[in-house]
Amino acid sequence: MEALKNLQKNIVKSQIWKSIFRVGIPTDNRKRALAMLGNVVLHLHPIKVKKSGLRMSYTWCMGGTAFFLFLVETITGILLMFYYRPTVEYAYFDMIDLREAAAFGIMRELHRWGAHAMVISVWLHMFRVFMTGSYKPPREFNWNVGVILLVLTLLLSFTGYLLPWDQLAIWAITVGSNMARATPLLGAEGPGAALLQLGGTKLIHVGSDARFGLIAGRTIGNGTLIRFYVLHCVAIPFVAACLIAVHFWRVRKDGGISGPV
Amino acid sequence: MEAIKSLINFLSYPQWSFTLSLVLFWLAMRSKLLWTKAGGWVLLALITLFFGLAMLDPNFFVVVAKPDNVPIVMMVYLVGFFWWFAMHKAHENDRRIADGEPTFEKSESEDRIFTWPDLVFSEFICMVLLTVGMVLWSILLKAPLEEPANTSVAPNPSKAPWYFLGLQEMLVYFDPWMAGVVLPGLIIVGLMAIPYIDTNKKGNGYYTLKERRTEIWLFMFGFLILWCELIVIGTFLRGPNWNFFGPFEYWDVNKVEPLVNVDLSELIWIQILGVGLPSNFLLREIFGIVFTGFYFLVLPVILIKNKFVNRFYQDMGPTRYYVGMTLFLTMMLMPIKMYLRWFLNLKYFVHIQEFFLNL
Repeated sequence: MEALKNLQKNIVKSQIWKSIFRVGIPTDNRKRALAMLGNVVLHLHPIKVKKSGLRMSYTWCMGGTAFFLFLVETITGILLMFYYRPTVEYAYFDMIDLREAAAFGIMRELHRWGAHAMVISVWLHMFRVFMTGSYKPPREFNWNVGVILLVLTLLLSFTGYLLPWDQLAIWAITVGSNMARATPLLGAEGPGAALLQLGGTKLIHVGSDARFGLIAGRTIGNGTLIRFYVLHCVAIPFVAACLIAVHFWRVRKDGGISGPV
Repeated sequence: MEAIKSLINFLSYPQWSFTLSLVLFWLAMRSKLLWTKAGGWVLLALITLFFGLAMLDPNFFVVVAKPDNVPIVMMVYLVGFFWWFAMHKAHENDRRIADGEPTFEKSESEDRIFTWPDLVFSEFICMVLLTVGMVLWSILLKAPLEEPANTSVAPNPSKAPWYFLGLQEMLVYFDPWMAGVVLPGLIIVGLMAIPYIDTNKKGNGYYTLKERRTEIWLFMFGFLILWCELIVIGTFLRGPNWNFFGPFEYWDVNKVEPLVNVDLSELIWIQILGVGLPSNFLLREIFGIVFTGFYFLVLPVILIKNKFVNRFYQDMGPTRYYVGMTLFLTMMLMPIKMYLRWFLNLKYFVHIQEFFLNL
């Protein structure tokens, strides 16, 4: 026991440790404050928080859970990208390899179940925010950022659904993307699309409508796969990460975790 | 047991289960007992007992135990729990307010606690627990992988991802441009509009039911009934050809459901007036157009006369009122259309196939 304590002391006092963690283990209030200020991750938090906002019975920890799952999805997603090739020839067989040949073969499981869990936790986070009236002034704008993040979460999950390139994937995306056909004005079978004509030539047809733009073709194929892959791995995560930053920043600027005003 | 199962199968059919859930929702929201700790335990026991017993049934088991459906069972439990929990906290605070005490949150919100160590460590513990949970879940349940994609063999039923099954269920009652584009768009717009429409200053930053009863009823109706319940129906009770199956029914591909849906125009011109359909589409659809116009343009004005609604009109002012009322009426279009379908076989109010404009 004594030896362990000595070891800890030696580590904490070493130049390496001190170069990373300036403050050391906080033992008084000044150091508790400095610990939060001196760390790029921790400084997202204020130095002090309302006791009521600290309680899990108030926050349900659902926003935090959603963010944590976003990180889990990012990390497992990056690992999956090492193996997965988004082309019709390889995609499905890379899935089988991920299951059969890759070491620590639970990355796909972590990614898939994490995605389901993230969708649910985002809904529950919204439910909590509604039930505590936390969208009310001054937090209206942040509620809106949250709604967009909710939509992005669903889109992330939707675009990821296609990537395994199995029957479930392709037909779920077929059902989902068929809706785009019916977009008013912009879908080939949508109300009003027939009105958009130029000298008797239809502007909106199956080769130019909203569904065509979404799935990059008349049917789901290689074009769709690469499109959804880029959306799933780069485009939507990029937008989501930016908005998460705004979301967190606004939580602080709007007065921290909500509480009675 | 078989008799109970067939009764549950019968009651599960949307016209009955939806009605039942509306009644139960109404009773639950007015109940006090349900939101006490004892009520919560009874509720948990009942749901678990149902799932436990039902899992013995092979038809139920095969649908619920699909790996991708496990999260939806989880969702039922989590949404149920947090519904109970939020109401429990709200009733506790309402009692405090009635007794002239500060709300639970108020009693603690003046207290400031250092983030280090309290918040940082609870976050850390949450992350560890979540990691353990996710890893266990991933080891125990393999991610499903079906046959390779084949554009020429459509599985029956073909389902959208589970979180969109509420929207797919709407397709039964609405055309794709409504169910797939306009209504989802309006859900997003409606959610974003909430903070600007809601002028009630009370209930900001603490749980309460009494101080914002209407808001909470509306939100819960949308979230619990129209979103979550329709997902559960779409996942567990919609089988081949999107036909309805009770929880203990075998998903028979050959089940035939006669569809004799009629449009409002046919209902009135042919069945009631006994004359044929007029050839001019505007004249043909006049009743539907008038109904829709009345519903969205006149009804909000008439409703202002209502004492209950008038209070909101006074608080919100005309702009907020009309925007909010339009969103509310759009939301209510869903249950209205469901009931008209079930009991009158109504397909469209307005059916102008000339422009693909069907409502």
